[in-house]
Amino acid sequence: MAAAVFFGCTFIAFGPAAALFLFTISRDPLRVIFLIAGAFFWLVSLLLASLVWFVTVQMSNKESSSQQKALLIFGVVLSVLLQELFRFAYYKLLKKANAGLLAISQEDTMPISVRQLAYVSGLGFGFMSGAFSVVNILSDSVGPGTVGIHGDSQHYFISSAFMTLAIILLHMFWGVVFFEACENQRWWSVGAVVFSHLLVSCLTFVNPQYEGSLIPTYLVLCVMAGWAFSCAGGSLRNLKLCLTCKDKDFLLANHRPR
Amino acid sequence: MNTSDSEEDACNERTALVQSESPSLPSYTRQTDPQHGTTEPKRRRHANSDTEAGHAARGGVAAPRERDSGPVPDGEDEELTVKYGAKHVIMLFVPVTLCMVVVVATIKSVSFYTEKNGQQLIYTPFTEDTNSVGQRLLNSVLNTIIMISVIVVMTIFLVVLYKYRCYKFIHGWLILSSLMLLFWFSYMYLGEVFKTYNVAMDYPTVAMIIWNFGAVGMICIHWKGPLQLQQAYLIVISALMALVFIKYLPEWSAWVILGAISVYDLIAVLCPKGPLRMLVETAQERNEPIFPALIYSSTMIWMVGMANPSQASDSADRSADEEVRHSEDVILEREEAEPEVQMHRGQNRSYSAEEELEEDRGVKLGLGDFIFYSVLVGKAAATGGDWNTTLACFVAILIGLCLTLLLLAIFKKALPALPISITFGLVFYFSTDNLVRPFMDNLAAHQYYI
Repeated sequence: MAAAVFFGCTFIAFGPAAALFLFTISRDPLRVIFLIAGAFFWLVSLLLASLVWFVTVQMSNKESSSQQKALLIFGVVLSVLLQELFRFAYYKLLKKANAGLLAISQEDTMPISVRQLAYVSGLGFGFMSGAFSVVNILSDSVGPGTVGIHGDSQHYFISSAFMTLAIILLHMFWGVVFFEACENQRWWSVGAVVFSHLLVSCLTFVNPQYEGSLIPTYLVLCVMAGWAFSCAGGSLRNLKLCLTCKDKDFLLANHRPR
Repeated sequence: MNTSDSEEDACNERTALVQSESPSLPSYTRQTDPQHGTTEPKRRRHANSDTEAGHAARGGVAAPRERDSGPVPDGEDEELTVKYGAKHVIMLFVPVTLCMVVVVATIKSVSFYTEKNGQQLIYTPFTEDTNSVGQRLLNSVLNTIIMISVIVVMTIFLVVLYKYRCYKFIHGWLILSSLMLLFWFSYMYLGEVFKTYNVAMDYPTVAMIIWNFGAVGMICIHWKGPLQLQQAYLIVISALMALVFIKYLPEWSAWVILGAISVYDLIAVLCPKGPLRMLVETAQERNEPIFPALIYSSTMIWMVGMANPSQASDSADRSADEEVRHSEDVILEREEAEPEVQMHRGQNRSYSAEEELEEDRGVKLGLGDFIFYSVLVGKAAATGGDWNTTLACFVAILIGLCLTLLLLAIFKKALPALPISITFGLVFYFSTDNLVRPFMDNLAAHQYYI
């Protein structure tokens, strides 16, 4: 326990996301603002879901644990649906704001493109989701204790960290795919995003059998990563050029001929 | 309130986050330019800066002035506008975040600031250790009324002092309060930190540390210093003040006071008869800078020439930032508290007609705003120990600040920075604490993820 677990789990959970933030978002103030706004939207969706859950719990039989569990599952499903709804609402808001700015500026270029917005808002959702899931657990891991002393799993902390990592990255990919689908009116893609989110959340119902939840989650993560990459305009050719440092941006930046 | 800037202004910055709905914006530029001779722009600029400064005060945010720049095409202008606007939002996000981080870190580690040993400020005489809920509520409301009245009285007192040109008195008051803050409160803070971490320390070393810290702080605040050092001191004293409030305000009173202060801020900045507004108007009439104090400014303003005859002195030009902070210090003394902050709102920079070197003016935020944001987040961290609540309040406050800056860009006049943020913060605090916390705790217990 203590410091090693705390730092290890923190870096596992937030490392990639923090790196993404630091290298791609922190330099541009507009992106930071949209990130925080995305986080705020996620928070509001959680608030509504919690409100509904709370009301149903108050009305239910508090003694029956199976009923409470069923209500919790209902809460999870509702929360996922609300999150996606708020993602859509954020998309609409951003489109309106961009349209307004565009109308005023009489220019063709917007200060931030829809794809960047998709990435940033997805990451915002991810940050907030990850933070709310894991921060309390992390703060508990600093103190003394024995994990799973009552027979629960001993891998609680590390599995939480990995799950959080997956969720944050997934939110980012979902954001990219979702916005792209909304832009092109491909509603089945939107449905697929919602379905995969539900799938990942429902997989966690088998915890603490982590093989049943973590492995499929990471598979979904890989699939979504590929999908988001292609939605963002990537392709095998681009990837090859980028990795061999022959892509246009790199060449321009380094003044080399192709 | 529009800035009318003469054509000779070289820079054109707009700090509007979003351009206002002005398809007429191009015509505005054309219209105003020919109307102003050399003296008027100067006058208008004074007025403008004063008004902005005035509104900025404790609860205020002042936008940098806008300038017209003939050659820059509108479209590019707009894009620049959005980018500059975003830059200014971030320039305020960073110090606000830093202040909150300092406060939350202290609250979570140093238990002194969360211990309640029955000591209370004289401004909140009614105790909350009563048996019935109704009595407790009543006591907290009474405490709030007393606190707010003290603040109002102080503000009015300061406005009166300013009206009758008692600058030396105000100056002395500010110096005294910053002395107290920089030396005494930081000594207390250091002592508590040492106690928490069980660090052995001797008095001569402490004396040296505190002396250096305080002396440099006084110099930075009242005279000259590197911008970032000044900003750092500003953040530190806001955090110290917030910690004092968190310690000494009783539970319920603190929440009611936060709510009441936002309402008061709204009234003081926007109503025609509000003390702050009167202060600004007085300064405008006299064509002199308002006492810059208690304002965090994100950039240093470069002043060429001096057109300010007030005895706020030439040092006021440089010390604008310092005074800003200074007035903030005033807040330390319980007596001064908010009114002081409000009083000394507004950076007042004198402009001369030949000034062309004005840099991007950045945005100004009153230190009182820093303090109350930090009080809210600190109290969220102190009660319950739930990090989700703290995070939620933090995000809510930042979004509120963002919206305020957006409104600032739209309306182009100084606005109170407290109401929106504190409202969001309060709503999210109570809802997260009561609704989200049980939900998330249940989810974490079963390791369900949403």
